[in-house]
Amino acid sequence: MALLEANGISLSFRGVSALADVSLAVEPATIHAIVGPNGAGKTSLLNCISGVYRPQRGAIRFGGRDLSKMSPSARTGLGIARTFQNIALFRGMTVLDNLLIGRHVHQHTGVLAGAVYAGPGRREEIEHREMVEDVIDFLEIQHIRKKVVGTLAYGLQKRVELARALALEPKLLLLDEPMAGMNAEEKEDMARFVLEIHEERGTAIVMIEHDMGVVMELSHRVTVLNFGEKIAEGTPEEIQNNREVQDAYLGETHDLEVDG
Amino acid sequence: MASAIDILGSDLTFPRLLVRNARQWGDRVALREKEFGIWQSFTWREYHDHVRDFSLGLTALGVGPGDKIAIIGDNRPEWVWSEIAAQGAGAASIGLYQDSNVTEVAFVIDHCDASVVVAEDQEQVDKILDMLEQLPKVRHVVYTDPRGLRKYDHPKLLSFEDVEEKGRALAKERPGLWEEHVARGSVDDVAIISYTSGTTGNPKGAMLSFRNLLAMAMNLDAVDAKRIDDEFVSFLPLAWIGEQMMSVSTALAKGFTVNFPEEPETVSENIREIGPHVMFAPPRVWESLTSTVQVKIMDTTPFKRFMFNRCMPIGEKVADLRFAKKPVPAGLRFLWWLAWVGLFRALKDRLGMTHLRTASTGGAALGPDVFRFFHAMGVPLKQIYGQTEIAGISCIHRDDDIAFHSVGKAIPETEVKISETGEILSRSPSVFLGYYKNDEATKATVVDGWLHSGDAGYLTEDGHLVVIDRVKDVMELADGTKYSPQFIENRLKFSPYVKEAVVVGKGRDFLTAMLCIDMAVVGKWAEKNKLSYTTYTDLSAKKEVYDLVHEEVDEVNETLPAAARIQKFVLLYKELDADDEELTRTRKVRRGFVEERYREVIAALYGDVPEVRIDTTIKFQDGKTSHIRTTLIVRRLEPGRAA
Repeated sequence: MALLEANGISLSFRGVSALADVSLAVEPATIHAIVGPNGAGKTSLLNCISGVYRPQRGAIRFGGRDLSKMSPSARTGLGIARTFQNIALFRGMTVLDNLLIGRHVHQHTGVLAGAVYAGPGRREEIEHREMVEDVIDFLEIQHIRKKVVGTLAYGLQKRVELARALALEPKLLLLDEPMAGMNAEEKEDMARFVLEIHEERGTAIVMIEHDMGVVMELSHRVTVLNFGEKIAEGTPEEIQNNREVQDAYLGETHDLEVDG
Repeated sequence: MASAIDILGSDLTFPRLLVRNARQWGDRVALREKEFGIWQSFTWREYHDHVRDFSLGLTALGVGPGDKIAIIGDNRPEWVWSEIAAQGAGAASIGLYQDSNVTEVAFVIDHCDASVVVAEDQEQVDKILDMLEQLPKVRHVVYTDPRGLRKYDHPKLLSFEDVEEKGRALAKERPGLWEEHVARGSVDDVAIISYTSGTTGNPKGAMLSFRNLLAMAMNLDAVDAKRIDDEFVSFLPLAWIGEQMMSVSTALAKGFTVNFPEEPETVSENIREIGPHVMFAPPRVWESLTSTVQVKIMDTTPFKRFMFNRCMPIGEKVADLRFAKKPVPAGLRFLWWLAWVGLFRALKDRLGMTHLRTASTGGAALGPDVFRFFHAMGVPLKQIYGQTEIAGISCIHRDDDIAFHSVGKAIPETEVKISETGEILSRSPSVFLGYYKNDEATKATVVDGWLHSGDAGYLTEDGHLVVIDRVKDVMELADGTKYSPQFIENRLKFSPYVKEAVVVGKGRDFLTAMLCIDMAVVGKWAEKNKLSYTTYTDLSAKKEVYDLVHEEVDEVNETLPAAARIQKFVLLYKELDADDEELTRTRKVRRGFVEERYREVIAALYGDVPEVRIDTTIKFQDGKTSHIRTTLIVRRLEPGRAA
């Protein structure tokens, strides 16, 4: 059974249609890419999954549960984590604190127990720190552990944002353009991390990405959107050879070039 | 006379020392590694157990006496475990620099005949697997960090734990085998083969015995003592002899704790957390620490800057008196104490140097200002000198006998002399066994027991060794006086006002120099002294600037032998630039090219003219050209002061 199932999602803003009858199924432990030209509705779809937008029609099920009535935070509690196109971190806080906040959903002791560093509160604190350190090690950000996020370079901030999402121990990770604005080396690092998250942790990943080279290289399945409609879905090879995709994506040229 | 190594015990090998340490210091911390944000400790007993298991694992894989094991990776406990485990199995260990490329790695692995390679992680494993077809002698590749290697399916690949597991199985099958192995080694066995990066040709593998390494450690310890409760941070490549000497030989002999940083990027942070008692680093580390402090002081609060500017001169005054071996007056000592309370204590804490008792630098020259900076706040920085072929070190400054220009005196059991050709020769129990599979090079390097360093130098009256340069880079004046352009240039460049220096004199009657001022520093100086200027060319032609640099050259001249002093200099109208092919990309002066390009200037330096007219075109990076018409002054140094 698919981990995430979105059926017939339609979303419009004051009559302007953003998504029209889009369906998507994400299998566990796969990397699923969503591609499409600007304004195709990719981020809108992600927002529907994470709960930022409520679609007017359609249903989204995650692990068999209906998400429709759930708030974004409740969805996070179920194991859906995301990163944003424009980095959304607490810029004035350290990397470590940002990640510990990512553990919030797993925090069970109350404010009072947490205020006294003893007993269950303390045990839990240590447990969370261990989880966070594991992520820090995984994403190789030990050297910036105690740095304030706002002082870091853009590429590193992106990595920290991914780290925070991972700190949630998600079953499904939504990445909105994880490689946008990065240089070749940073992109390579990020691609490696995405692969390793998949290989080492078995997390399902839904990723919006413009770099077709990256998409072809990393993903198991690709969904193509155009003007709010799904025009194709399949393996990277199938998509590469799909006539309609080539038209939508590249206009006249019928050669879907793969670079990187 | 008893040799230093006999104090330790006769016929010791690293495995035997490890067994001794596990017995007498079983629960003391031997190694620490920062992982997951926490310093994880390993006692001597755990250290020993890992080595035993891995060593027997290697035996199970068919490694035996005379074999070679290559190790590549960052500084981690597994690195040193692998080394001593190899020696326990009767093999020699070869360290590879972790940043070497595939070709370099393949050359050394093939040349040293390694049958097993221990590689830290995916990055290193990839290098080996890429070249495996050309490495038929390699039977196994062992990795320590499984990350990213899960999908690798290579018959020769196995994990560190796999090998340890095999070792434990073998121990069950044949109890007492480890003890047998430990007992069979000899102090004169080859312990490591240390490959030295030749500037020309392929690297050569220097074979060093346990005796070489331990004698070195003990003789150095005799003049620069380490204690069992010392902390040391190991952050330089373990393939390098200097790191081997500290983290392996000396640590085994003296029992101090070796700490491995979390990542190469976290070294300075980790040093601060540990607060080491002993530190050993090349000049660039000390230089960057100094400049970091200076830059941060510029940006700090006015109060802190005030404290720094007030306290530093006190410290420097005390340091200078100590260097000159003069007593420090009680009043000044009190002031220094105030400065310590106000500044040095906090500054040392920031740098992680609060506990630092002995610090050394080696490999290249370190500027007097950097030396003075550390001594001012009470960090006893010393210069050392040595080669891989003498197990690391032959000379070191003594605590109360520091001289900027020298590398100190020979350590016990070590003789240093200068050959007729001016080359530094040394002899000690630490002189290596020879180059692996290269008798010709061995014969050329060790003659009658004397190690030929290839370095030119001289001994001062009080027995300090001064290193000048590589012998092949030493030049001669017309009258046969030897001088090293690079040595003098480096000393000139120690001045903050001088950015580049070219010393000319080969085959001529005397030495001259062409200098480039440092625009940023001299510009600031000019502003402070209300000296107006327009361009670099303009600034470098000012009489006041000439006077400023003149004093600097005089100071350098005072440290040089009378015959090899700078007699005239000019300040060039432009900076030397790699884009103009005047410098290499690593900012070394391309001597021949520069001398050709500035031959008019050089002619003026050796002619009897007070100035030279320059009319030239220079090209900028963006392709634009600019015409320069200027007059260069030739400044003659007063013979009275220089002689």
